[in-house]
Amino acid sequence: MILNLKVFAPVAAVVLLVAACQSVPDSELESNSVGSDLSDSVATSSTSDSDIDTDSIDSGSLESEIEVVDPSAPIPGTQEDLVQNVGDRVFFGLDSATLSPQSRSVLDKQAKWLKLFPDVSITIEGHCDERGTREYNLALGEQRASAVRSYLIALGVEAQRLNTISYGKERPYALGHDEESWKSNRRSVSVIN
Amino acid sequence: MQITLYRPSIISYTQIWKLILSDYFKWVLLIIFFSLLSGIFINSARADLTVEITRGKYEPFPIALPDFIGETKDEKAMGKEISAIITKNLESSRLFKSIDPRAFIENITSISLTQPKFADWRLINAKHLVTGRVILGPEERLSVEFRVWDTLGEMATEGYRFSATNNQYKTLRRLAHIISDKIYTQLTAEPKGYFDSRIVYVAESGPLDKRIKKLMIMDQDSRNFEELTDGKYLALTPRFSPKPDVITYLSFEKGAPRVYLKNLRTDVKEILGKFKGMTFAPRFSPDGDSVILTYARDGNSELYEMNILTGKIKQLTNNSAIDTAPSYSPDGKYITFESDRGGSQQIYVMKRDGSETKRITFGKGRYGTPVWSPRGDLIAFTKQLRGQFAIGVIKPSGEGERILIRDYLVESPTWAPNGRVIMFMRQSSRDPESAELWTLDIAIGMPRLVPTPTAASDPAWSPLLTQ
Repeated sequence: MILNLKVFAPVAAVVLLVAACQSVPDSELESNSVGSDLSDSVATSSTSDSDIDTDSIDSGSLESEIEVVDPSAPIPGTQEDLVQNVGDRVFFGLDSATLSPQSRSVLDKQAKWLKLFPDVSITIEGHCDERGTREYNLALGEQRASAVRSYLIALGVEAQRLNTISYGKERPYALGHDEESWKSNRRSVSVIN
Repeated sequence: MQITLYRPSIISYTQIWKLILSDYFKWVLLIIFFSLLSGIFINSARADLTVEITRGKYEPFPIALPDFIGETKDEKAMGKEISAIITKNLESSRLFKSIDPRAFIENITSISLTQPKFADWRLINAKHLVTGRVILGPEERLSVEFRVWDTLGEMATEGYRFSATNNQYKTLRRLAHIISDKIYTQLTAEPKGYFDSRIVYVAESGPLDKRIKKLMIMDQDSRNFEELTDGKYLALTPRFSPKPDVITYLSFEKGAPRVYLKNLRTDVKEILGKFKGMTFAPRFSPDGDSVILTYARDGNSELYEMNILTGKIKQLTNNSAIDTAPSYSPDGKYITFESDRGGSQQIYVMKRDGSETKRITFGKGRYGTPVWSPRGDLIAFTKQLRGQFAIGVIKPSGEGERILIRDYLVESPTWAPNGRVIMFMRQSSRDPESAELWTLDIAIGMPRLVPTPTAASDPAWSPLLTQ
C-alpha cells in the first residue's frame, strides 16, 4: 500500500498544485486570514483542503495521498504544524526559569503562529529535570510555564488563550540519567487544547 | 486576594469521632496493666539499651520470642502468627535480634503464675524474654496477654492483656503491632513505638515518560496494600492527618494540579479550597484542623494556611521566590519550609503567623523538603551537593547538621510516629530506574528496604493508629 502510494506521489503532487492554483479565487478569504508571510506548505494544504473533492482524486484515498505528497506539511493550526513549523518547546538552564535568546526567538514564532490561528488556545506545560526535589520542581515548572505565558502575552497573544500547568519532574521527555537528558527535560511545551 | 468561604463536607470532628468509634475501631481495646513493678527494674533495663546505642557500633539486642501459647488449635495458630509479626517488627527496627527458637532450652507453657526458668534463658544470652498467650472467648472475643521478662533481674518488666471484640485476622495483626510497640518502648526507653501505623505512598509503574503514579496505603510492615487512586492521573505527595483516616495529596485529575482531601473510611474526596491556580505540597497542622499548602500563580508560589473547618485562608509568605514544602512544628507554633529567596533552595523556619522568618541551612549545596520531627527536636531534609542527594537532620536552630544517607537520589523523608525512624525514597546509582522505600533509625543508621509490589516514592508515615 505504501509503495503504491509512493508511485503515485508525483502525480498527486501535480494534481494538488493544480488544485491549489485553481482554487485561489474561491478561497481568497481563507488565504487572507492565513496571511502572506506564512510558509507555502501551510497555504497549499489549507487551500487544497477546501477544493480537493471537486478534482479527480478519489475521495476515499484522499487523506493518505496528501500525507504522501508532502509529509512535512501538517494541517495548519494543529499540534503537528506547531511542532514542525514553529517549535513547541523551549529549554531552560539549570534551576532557572529565565528565557534565553534562543527561547525567545522560538516564542516569537509561537506568538505569530498563535495570531494566525485565533481560535487555537494552548496549555503551556512546565517541566524540570530529575535532579531536584519533587515539590520544588513543581514550583519551578510553574515558574517556567508562567515565564513563557507572560512573554507570549507581552507579544500580544490574548491571556485567556494561554493556560499553564506544571508537571515538575514527573513527565521527562528524555529518559536517560545524564546531562544530555536533563537538558532536554528542562523545558516548556506548548500543547494545543 | 479573594477566596470564598468554604466548608468541607467530609471532615468534621464529630464525624471523625463517630468513625473512630465505629467500623475498623469496632473492637474495643481493654488494656489491663497487670504487673506492677518497681521503677528501678524498668530503668535499669532501659539504661542498658541506651548505652549500647550511643557506643556507635550497634549490636542488635538479643531477645527471645517464643510462640505465644494457646489451649486450642486455633489459639495456638494465632499465637504463632502473633509471635511471627512481633519478631518481624522488632527485627526490622534493627535494634533487636530474635534468638533462634531451636536454641531455646525451656519450653514455655504458661505465662500466668509460674516464672520462666531465668537461668535457661540467660544461658542462651536472652537478656529479655517475651511470653504470651492467646485466648479465644465467647462472641468472637480475642484476648492476648503478654509479659516482658528481664532474665537478669528475674522479673517481669511489662505486662498487658488486650481484649478485642472480634477475632478477625486484621484484629490479630493490630494486636501484634500494639504489643510490638509496648515491647519496643519498654526496652528502648522511647516514649512511643511505631509499629501500629500505616504508610501512604506513590506507587509507580510503566515507562518513565508515561509513568503511572497512584496512591497506595499499606501497614508499616508491607502488608494490607490498598489502592487509593486509580492511576489514570498523577497523584503525588500524600500526607496523613493526625487523625489517620484522612489524607491530603496532590492530584492532576481535573487537569490542573490541585490539593485534595480524602477520607479513607468513606472514600469521599474533594478539592481543598477555591484557589485560582495550582495548589500543591500540602501538610496537616498537628491538630488536624488546618492544611498548609503552596499556591502558585503567575510564576510565584506562596504558602497559605487553610482552616478546613471554617474555610478561612491566610497567606503566610509574600516573596517573589519559590516558597514551598512547608511542615509544622509538633506544637503548631512554627513552620519550616524551603525557599530560594536567598538565591538557592534553602530551609527556613518562621512563626506560624508568617513572622520572624529565619534561614537555618548555610552549608554547601541545596536544601529542601524539611519535615519537623514529631518530637520537635530535629528537622529532616533532602540535600543536593555535587550531583548527589542526601538525607539528613538538623536542629530547628540550624545547628548540628548530620547527613544520614547519600545516593543517586534520596528524597521525601517522613518521620515514624516516635520521631526516631525515618522513611524515604531511594534510587540507587546502580539502578536509577528503580525507586524504593527505605527506613533508617537516626540513632544507629542501618538503612532497611521496605518491600513494595511496584516502584515507590513519596512515603508518608501515619501517626500511631491507637493513641
